[in-house]
Amino acid sequence: MKAIRIGTGAGFSGDRIEPAVELAKHGEIDYLIFECLAERTIALAQQAKMRDPHAGFDPLLERRMRAVLSVCRDKGIRIISNMGAANPVGAAKRTVEIARELGLTGLRVAAVQGDDVLDILSPDTFHIDEENCALRDFNKQVVSANAYLGAGGIVDALVAGADVILTGRAADPSMFLAPQIFEFGWEMDDWTRLGRGTLVGHLLECGGQITGGYFADPGIKDVPDLARLGFPIAEITENGNAVITKLGGTGGCVTAATCKEQLLYEVHDPKRYIQPDVIADFSGVEITEIGPDRVAIAGGNGFQKTGSLKVSVGYVDSCVGEGQISYAGPGAVARGRLALDILHQRMELAGICCQEVRGELIGVNSVFPQAEPADDAPGEVRLRFVVRTDDLATAARIGEEVESLYLNGPAGGGGVTKSTREVVAIVSGLLPEGHLKTHFEMMEA
Amino acid sequence: MLQLRDIAHSRTGDKGNISNVSVIAYRAEDWPILVRQVTAERVRDHFGTMVRGEVLRYELPQIGALNFVMHDALGGGVTRSLALDPHGKCLSSLLLTLTIEPTHT
Repeated sequence: MKAIRIGTGAGFSGDRIEPAVELAKHGEIDYLIFECLAERTIALAQQAKMRDPHAGFDPLLERRMRAVLSVCRDKGIRIISNMGAANPVGAAKRTVEIARELGLTGLRVAAVQGDDVLDILSPDTFHIDEENCALRDFNKQVVSANAYLGAGGIVDALVAGADVILTGRAADPSMFLAPQIFEFGWEMDDWTRLGRGTLVGHLLECGGQITGGYFADPGIKDVPDLARLGFPIAEITENGNAVITKLGGTGGCVTAATCKEQLLYEVHDPKRYIQPDVIADFSGVEITEIGPDRVAIAGGNGFQKTGSLKVSVGYVDSCVGEGQISYAGPGAVARGRLALDILHQRMELAGICCQEVRGELIGVNSVFPQAEPADDAPGEVRLRFVVRTDDLATAARIGEEVESLYLNGPAGGGGVTKSTREVVAIVSGLLPEGHLKTHFEMMEA
Repeated sequence: MLQLRDIAHSRTGDKGNISNVSVIAYRAEDWPILVRQVTAERVRDHFGTMVRGEVLRYELPQIGALNFVMHDALGGGVTRSLALDPHGKCLSSLLLTLTIEPTHT
């Protein structure tokens, strides 16, 4: 039975680069896939592109490409990535320039487009789920709208012979599903195999999170050599079943437990993992350790796709101002609480208009608001006071109020920091897939 | 009395304003304890005011796992939350402090 090997080169935009190089050199892989887009990355990239038309793709694209392009060319490894962000064509052009500098004449780079739907969304019929209103009634400054594309556009580019494929917003598992469809000749309505391919993609999409990253709990769940964590490889056969493994000699571990944690990561109903290409069914998945750092995955399934694509809409939501200050020694918690009381009063006394206020003591209750300090209360706390405002000028007053605790607050406060930021947030809705057209542009070095 | 941490491991994921937390038995024989004692109601009570919407529980017996899906749980959503941990990544560790009766009956 035909089999292919797919490796993950990155599980998020800031991920380590060396593990991808190791996989390309020694992993005997056919595809290297870099997943680099978080929920709001494209909205921020769109703003960058508005300031500079040549920008708007992943800032680490250049470093990653310089690190892997030559070895991938040597070994015939094809690269797929969503590092195109808001500007896949710009990313492809830059990649071609780098390929030329490296002497990789003839390297073919494709930019998959069609995810940017800002201009085609209907103000009347596009419904924003979180606000339960039509786009027309969404009273915010919208900066981006991107549909989660399926595997189709990437498969087309593979058929056309692309060595490197750069997309904007594509569903993360679809980047991994596409080479399976291409290599095994799966039909686009073979729901079982598309479901299995999506399962493999879901397991691989977060890189080191399945090879022992984000897993260690010393004494309970120990993981060797996390500083040299190896990224995952899937060995996939044409029936869609797979073995998850990693390169020998790298850090981390692949066990049934690491695979189970990743199987459910960011999943809601495991019977209905809704993707552009298929509704994947993870409910019957079987996970079996078959050797050291080798785990077999079987039992994935799938059902007919919905025909709709999720669209993420980026908008300017609000501004946020924040200040922090530390208290230490006996009574640190009490002094921190007194300082919080003062700050809450100051919002009113100083007439600062707040949409939302959050005050907490890091070390006591910043993660779990109901938490009470134990008898052995922490010997130091850091007060954090954060406020949502309408504008940056108001946001800046929050840090000023925290800073004024130096001379006007409890004893012994130190180390004030303050910041402001504009919040670009995301809401979402559904778009019938027939409303957009996916296409690719091929360039050659 | 045991802690959930003694018999299970956990990971949190986020989508918008929804958090999901898996609870996975280390040993297959502890799976019935999870099913009986780690109910959606207990999880909701455990997180108190942090989780404002409904909590749904899904069962995956073949891998000994539960998946809790908690709505309106991330302070308005990852991209606008004022929380220090806007993704709710730390919630899995908090859930593992749940107390467990060490019995199969």
